[in-house]
Amino acid sequence: MTVLRYLLRNPLSMFGMVLLVGFVVVALFAPLLAVPEPYQISPYDTPRAGFWAQPQPPSDEHPFGTTQGQFDIYYGLVWGTRTAFKIGLGVVLISVFVGVLIGSVSAFYGGLVDEVLMRIVDVFMAVPILIAAMVLTALLGKGLVPMIIALSAFGWMNYARVVRSEILRVKEMDFVHAARAYGTSDRRLILQHILPNTFFPVLVLATMATGSMVLAASALSFLGVGTEEGYADWGQFIAYSRNWIVGQGDNPFAYWYTLFFPGMAIFLFVLSWNLVGDALRDILDPRIAK
Amino acid sequence: MSLRALSAEAARFRSPEDMDAMLYYLLRRAVFIPVVLLALTLMIFSLQMMLSPVQRLAAYAPGPEFLKGGSAQIAALIEKYGLDEPFLVQYKEWLGNVLSGNLGWSETARAPVSEALLDLFPATAELVFFAFIPSLLGAIWLGTKAGVHLNKGIDHAIRIFTIIGWSFPVFVFGLMMLLIFYGTLNWFPPGRLSQWAEVVVAGDAFTRYTGVNTLDALLNGNMAVFFDAIRHLIAPVITLTYVNLASMTRVMRTSMLETLRQDYIRTARAKGLPEKVVQNKHGRSNAMLPVVTIAGMELAYMMGGVVITETIFDYHGIGRFAADAASNLDFPGVLGFALYFALVLVVINLVVDLLYPLLDPRVKLA
Repeated sequence: MTVLRYLLRNPLSMFGMVLLVGFVVVALFAPLLAVPEPYQISPYDTPRAGFWAQPQPPSDEHPFGTTQGQFDIYYGLVWGTRTAFKIGLGVVLISVFVGVLIGSVSAFYGGLVDEVLMRIVDVFMAVPILIAAMVLTALLGKGLVPMIIALSAFGWMNYARVVRSEILRVKEMDFVHAARAYGTSDRRLILQHILPNTFFPVLVLATMATGSMVLAASALSFLGVGTEEGYADWGQFIAYSRNWIVGQGDNPFAYWYTLFFPGMAIFLFVLSWNLVGDALRDILDPRIAK
Repeated sequence: MSLRALSAEAARFRSPEDMDAMLYYLLRRAVFIPVVLLALTLMIFSLQMMLSPVQRLAAYAPGPEFLKGGSAQIAALIEKYGLDEPFLVQYKEWLGNVLSGNLGWSETARAPVSEALLDLFPATAELVFFAFIPSLLGAIWLGTKAGVHLNKGIDHAIRIFTIIGWSFPVFVFGLMMLLIFYGTLNWFPPGRLSQWAEVVVAGDAFTRYTGVNTLDALLNGNMAVFFDAIRHLIAPVITLTYVNLASMTRVMRTSMLETLRQDYIRTARAKGLPEKVVQNKHGRSNAMLPVVTIAGMELAYMMGGVVITETIFDYHGIGRFAADAASNLDFPGVLGFALYFALVLVVINLVVDLLYPLLDPRVKLA
């Protein structure tokens, strides 16, 4: 109920919610919205209408136009929504799992274990995620799975830190002492009594990170170490627009559609996650005025 | 109150014991840095072991002429440099080279890694300098405004402005800047300098004191080059500023909201201080602390190279070099970059930590 009341009072959060639901719908109904051709091996391979270099403007056949190499922008964006969810949720779920594991072990055992694990966190923090992920994808090859692995490998540290500090806060509370006095096992103590308390901070962090991970993934694609050519992936489609930014001599906006549609898709997707994350934080954080 | 005035004031309250604590803190930091660096390079080095010995040979080659002798020579070199030796033996070898100042040869830069980094550093530093200062000052200003006028029109406007900036992909924003200011208006071309200016800068009459174009041009008294450099900086600077401004403003706003709810703010108001003084002196000065931490992080990551901005605007800096090295698996380049970035991170973290007790006398280093 609080959530509903909050959403009604905050049109911006409401807008984010609606956007996100919209993206979920597009992802779910992708096979209906953009029907794959029967000859396609994978629905994620964007069909192309020829091999000319020059992008073609929106038409009945290609509602958002085509990129260089004639990939259909509409098709790529619709199926790219699924790609975005796969990357965002995939990276965040793996990172949360690793981060929560390391953070809770570190906080619970303390001492040397804590020191060593936190120094490992420091080491991972000392590499910019984009460069590190580029090295990993370059080693592992192109494609979705290498991208998810690369981004998760350098995306878990914040969760570890948050979980650790939350646990350190909760650990000294009376109910934990009581449970321990009661003879609860370590595992049960962590999983049932302490970890649930870290749920909300991690949820807020994860929601906000989903958007930025999709941004990072599209940056990888943009820089050419992301997905295979023609894969339905927003970053890839923006990379296609790069050579056509300047337009034709007398008409600088001749190829506006190559940048506009994929750019809007990424922007709105990330925006929706950020707005929802913001709303979650406001609802869950009692220190922020309502 | 300005940042400097604030730290000067805070410095008056510091006692000799505080100085001891600071020294102890610095020493502990200093001991700890090599450990992180060792672990970091070990990690990257282990990634490198996924490549074949032939691919890794480049790490030991001081220049391209080194590998001219064909496959027989390559085999001999692999033997000579122990590239089929166990991992730790090879790591020790590399570490020895680094400690004696040899970071290896970078295929991407076609130069020794250390030379490439030194060469590109001024370019990135120049870009970051011009983008960081407006974003920090702008963030403090906008964040304060938004916090003071919570849920009023101006607060909503600032929130929308920041959340858009926070969600906008840098490469889309950058491409839009190019489309408008280069494609349409032809005001701000990509690159670092126009061709004629490159020739002037490379010429004998122009002394390259620092490698920072704007500064060098001023020192040489060459205003034409100065304005050309500025013209090339504007678009990437706007791009970077907007993105960073957005994220820092968010932090400043939240921090300001929390600060304004403190008891001492109520006290200050109750004793009849003018609202301006309450907001700026009691509110903003205290709210700035978390922003300093975030700003330090942002600055570090910017100095680590603004990969996408530099790529889009064809601006040759550290970020572009690192991205090229990474995607070409040029490991000497990547390792060199990692060491450079770790150094930047350490220095900036140190400065932030040392700034903290100056900004907030309650904080003591331990």
